[in-house]
Amino acid sequence: MTVPAVTAAAPRGGGRPRSKNWLGALPLLVVTAVAFGIPALTLLAGAFTVKDPATKVSSFGTANLSRSLQGPYLNALLSSVQLSAVVAVAAAVAGTFLAQAVITSRFTALREAVLTFSGVLSNFGGVPLAFIWIATLGNSGVITTALGLGPGVLYNFWGLALVYMYFSVPLMVLVVTPALDGLRPQWREAAQNNGATTWQFWRYVGIPVLTPALLGGVVLLFGGAFAAYATAYAMVGSTVPLVTLQIAEALTGDVLIGYENVALALSLDMIVVALLVMAVYLPLQKRSSRWLR
Amino acid sequence: MVAVATLPDVTPGPAATARPGQRRAWRGIVLVVAAVYFVVPMAVSFWFTVYSEGQGFSLAAYGRILSAPGFLPSLLLSLALAACTIAAVLLLTLPAMLAVRLGAPRLRPVLELISTLPLVVPPITYVVGISTALREGVDALAATPFWATLIAIQDERFPFVLVLAYVMLTLPFAYRSLDAGLRAIDVRTLVEAARNLGASWPYVLFRVIIPNIRSSIASASFLTLALVLGEYTVAALLGYETFPVWIVTISGNDGQLSVALSIISLLLIWLLLLTLSGAGRKRR
Repeated sequence: MTVPAVTAAAPRGGGRPRSKNWLGALPLLVVTAVAFGIPALTLLAGAFTVKDPATKVSSFGTANLSRSLQGPYLNALLSSVQLSAVVAVAAAVAGTFLAQAVITSRFTALREAVLTFSGVLSNFGGVPLAFIWIATLGNSGVITTALGLGPGVLYNFWGLALVYMYFSVPLMVLVVTPALDGLRPQWREAAQNNGATTWQFWRYVGIPVLTPALLGGVVLLFGGAFAAYATAYAMVGSTVPLVTLQIAEALTGDVLIGYENVALALSLDMIVVALLVMAVYLPLQKRSSRWLR
Repeated sequence: MVAVATLPDVTPGPAATARPGQRRAWRGIVLVVAAVYFVVPMAVSFWFTVYSEGQGFSLAAYGRILSAPGFLPSLLLSLALAACTIAAVLLLTLPAMLAVRLGAPRLRPVLELISTLPLVVPPITYVVGISTALREGVDALAATPFWATLIAIQDERFPFVLVLAYVMLTLPFAYRSLDAGLRAIDVRTLVEAARNLGASWPYVLFRVIIPNIRSSIASASFLTLALVLGEYTVAALLGYETFPVWIVTISGNDGQLSVALSIISLLLIWLLLLTLSGAGRKRR
């Protein structure tokens, strides 16, 4: 498994073959340590550093973290989790139905078109996404004026959820299509031959087989919605409290004395939530890969 | 790959013949709702950019993009950042992945971890870490030569710190597409053969390995390009005017212009992905 190749070439390469193999990975490791490790450690250390406003002396403490889990900050965190959960579940259901509708349709061109479209839209986020929806349903949007809807249709929790679905549903279609393809026609035929109804087939065969893929998709969508910042910033400013908006505000704007490191603590909260969600995802992915072959 | 479109063949089963109308209706409703939800905002936005009460139809909003102040500098900055990021991410990951395959398999889990971490850490928390580290670093290193380095990588004209950040953000995608490419060829045999014939390491890399994984290098590059051209959070919060940040800045006073820019960026993603799948298909 190891080094015969390089030992053969060693006379030309001049000496220590082992070190060479290892050296190839060194630049990446160093850059990662600098570009990722230093910010991560700074974040961790800063989140636990409390600066005394009177003496300007820093000390270790959990005051930042407890502040970040109180009042408006806690509100924002909960609201972010709520929004992401709603978007993830709704988009997962919608995406699965859409994928199934496309897969079982007779037109292969439709399938190709929807999958390409999903690839594009799942990458379409950020500010441009917000602008397209503002032009459609914003206060002076085309649909808003045409239908005579009042202002503020878009600038609330559900409006934001509607917009997030625009990239989440296509992502779910991409995630779940291989799993739906993996449902063998033979399974369905076997169920039907044994007298199962369509409902029974899905209840006892289809859904259990798909569960890992579906849950994995939900986790992926949750992560995407949870981390989204630019769209929310361009759309709602701060009318909907979200943890990403709070972090940006705490980072760029003026903060109260004693709250200097609250952005760091909020970031740590976010990473913990993301890690918890990821901890669900990784074992699931291993399980679902068994079916996706 | 899994594209065996056999499921349609199931429909002529007993259950399907029992209630064909109902099943088709269900499918139709889903497709129509999806089409309305996804197409209407795009169509309406396009309408918004070309029609206004006062002037009627005109494509002037698209023309204004070119003459808008700051368009060219920000676009050039983003393209330069993208080029640097692509070069850096390829030069960093490719040797590392070859090393793992050729003689340091114990590093593989480390590499997997490195290429997963950026997916777990939301960009906004990453930017908080970077800006805090930069601020404290400048304070702490004020007396040393590193201070000048820290200032240099934050240069407004070419913020190298963004390249570092983008390399990290794009690592998972680059790693996965390169991994797929390397998995399809017998790296060890190719390298052994080339080395035995007296090829130098750069020769092996550039004339043997890279030509064999051209399509996955292309896809890694396109994914990186798409990411850098669309990334807003990191650049905005570190205070640099890249293309996506400029779009927000310019949008304040001209609604039509900003929506026109959004449509252009949607088309850009489309174009990149088409090129990507085109490049992928040629190899197969």
